[in-house]
Amino acid sequence: MKSTITILKRELRAYFATPVAYVFIVIFLLLTGILTFYMGGFFEREQADLAPFFFFHPWLYLILIPAISMRLWAEERKTGTIELLLTLPFSTGQAVLGKFLAAWAFTGIALLATTPIWLTVNLLGDPDNGVIFAAYIGSLLMAGGYLAIGSCISAMTNNQVIAFVVSLVTCMLFILAGLPAVLDFFTGWAPQAVIDTVSSFSFMTHFNSIAKGVIDLRDVIFFGSLIGCFLLANTLILDAKKGE
Amino acid sequence: MIEIQNLQKSFGEFRAVDGVSFSVKPGEVLGFLGPNGAGKSTTMRMITGFLTPTGGAVRIAGVDVNVDPISAKKRIGYLPEGAPLYSDMTPRTLLEFIAEAREIPSAERASRIEKIAAKVNITGVLDQQIETLSKGYKRRVGLAQAIIHDPEILILDEPTDGLDPNQKHEVRQLIQEMSKDKVIILSTHILEEVEAVCTRAIIITQGKVVFDGTPSELKGRSPSGRLDDVFREITTGTAPVTA
Ligand SMILES: Nc1ncnc2c1ncn2[C@@H]1O[C@H](COP(=O)(O)OP(=O)(O)OP(=O)(O)O)[C@@H](O)[C@H]1O
Ligand SMILES: [Mg+2]
Repeated sequence: MKSTITILKRELRAYFATPVAYVFIVIFLLLTGILTFYMGGFFEREQADLAPFFFFHPWLYLILIPAISMRLWAEERKTGTIELLLTLPFSTGQAVLGKFLAAWAFTGIALLATTPIWLTVNLLGDPDNGVIFAAYIGSLLMAGGYLAIGSCISAMTNNQVIAFVVSLVTCMLFILAGLPAVLDFFTGWAPQAVIDTVSSFSFMTHFNSIAKGVIDLRDVIFFGSLIGCFLLANTLILDAKKGE
Repeated sequence: MIEIQNLQKSFGEFRAVDGVSFSVKPGEVLGFLGPNGAGKSTTMRMITGFLTPTGGAVRIAGVDVNVDPISAKKRIGYLPEGAPLYSDMTPRTLLEFIAEAREIPSAERASRIEKIAAKVNITGVLDQQIETLSKGYKRRVGLAQAIIHDPEILILDEPTDGLDPNQKHEVRQLIQEMSKDKVIILSTHILEEVEAVCTRAIIITQGKVVFDGTPSELKGRSPSGRLDDVFREITTGTAPVTA
């Protein structure tokens, strides 16, 4: 635990030592702003909620999270610092967890930077703050899911561009699994159980259900176990491939 | 302290390390020699637990590195080949991180960093970004992170590569100072370095040990008395030689 925190602190500091953190947060805010106010029709709807804000999160993360996660391990492998890191007295799993938690905390900070919009909606109307809070939690959990996938894929290569593209495509599959268009493809010929299974893997299904205001244990378990599985795979891949 | 038994490492079909065995005791400074691609770095990576051997074992104080890597890593200080460092940190923040990871009590860290920085002559650049340091300074920062916790075992992969003659001299002195109660294994392509600091030399070629003896024994093998000649003879010849 102590070693994990040591790594977490180093990593988190590294985000802010370079322009990466600031560029990321500014772009994140710009994009959420544009999407919410122009495309989501935040004002036109004349409803005091943040539905148009959260609606775009799965898509926004699709681009932005792989941009964070691509460097997690690919860069360490490319520059050779992985040899420095993994010969320090902790296990590969602790290193994986530490780096993941730092990236997650960083997305949490970016998400925190959007809270003025929460204040705004409270000034303009009388929103259900419980729902908004739940949606924030859902969004953070979903970001964790994207990050775990991206971290795992980043460990497979020393090329950040490859890590970015493969992560983006993989995360896309986890979004698409819940879209009506994809589910329609199965309806009619596949048994309901198959359709339910496919949609149960979708980030959309779980995120939307939390964003409605109910933090259902099943959705939390979904994201938690997804993160756990990908981080475990991440550790195994690193142990097998770190020397290449 | 370190026992290496029939150590092997293959990359696909290729055998980079092919049955290396030796042991090293505290007080010894072992010079690891061999042509490019001989398997020196690969062997060091297995000793430090970074690579898993294909066969054989590395034991540190009787414990197999692969069975209990963490306790082995605690005893070791390691300078990897090329001295990889986090380039967006400064030497100070990097050393703070290493000191914390090495479980040096937080009250001692700052003074320890100052002391080590003075030892390897990086005091003046402690707060400069590592990315902008010259090659020799980076190497010295790499050396500092390897010795900061005063390890029982030091594994140094080409520690003097890229250093100017004065720094080479100082690093050799530093290694000698530290050698009394430690196990030190260093690799080098500079043969005088072996004479200057090592109590023992091992030459490997194509993953096999072809010489294991003292530097003077090595020197004695050549009629001309020049290490370069012996090295060439041993590493280009075929028959294994032992002193
Ligand atoms: N990850 C890897 N995949 C494939 N081959 C590798 C890998 N690492 C090392 N090798 C090969 O193993 C052999 C030994 O490499 P190693 O780096 O141990 O040599 P070395 O003795 O340290 O050489 P140098 O003096 O150039 O540093 C080389 O032929 C190298 O190409
Ligand atoms: Mg080498």
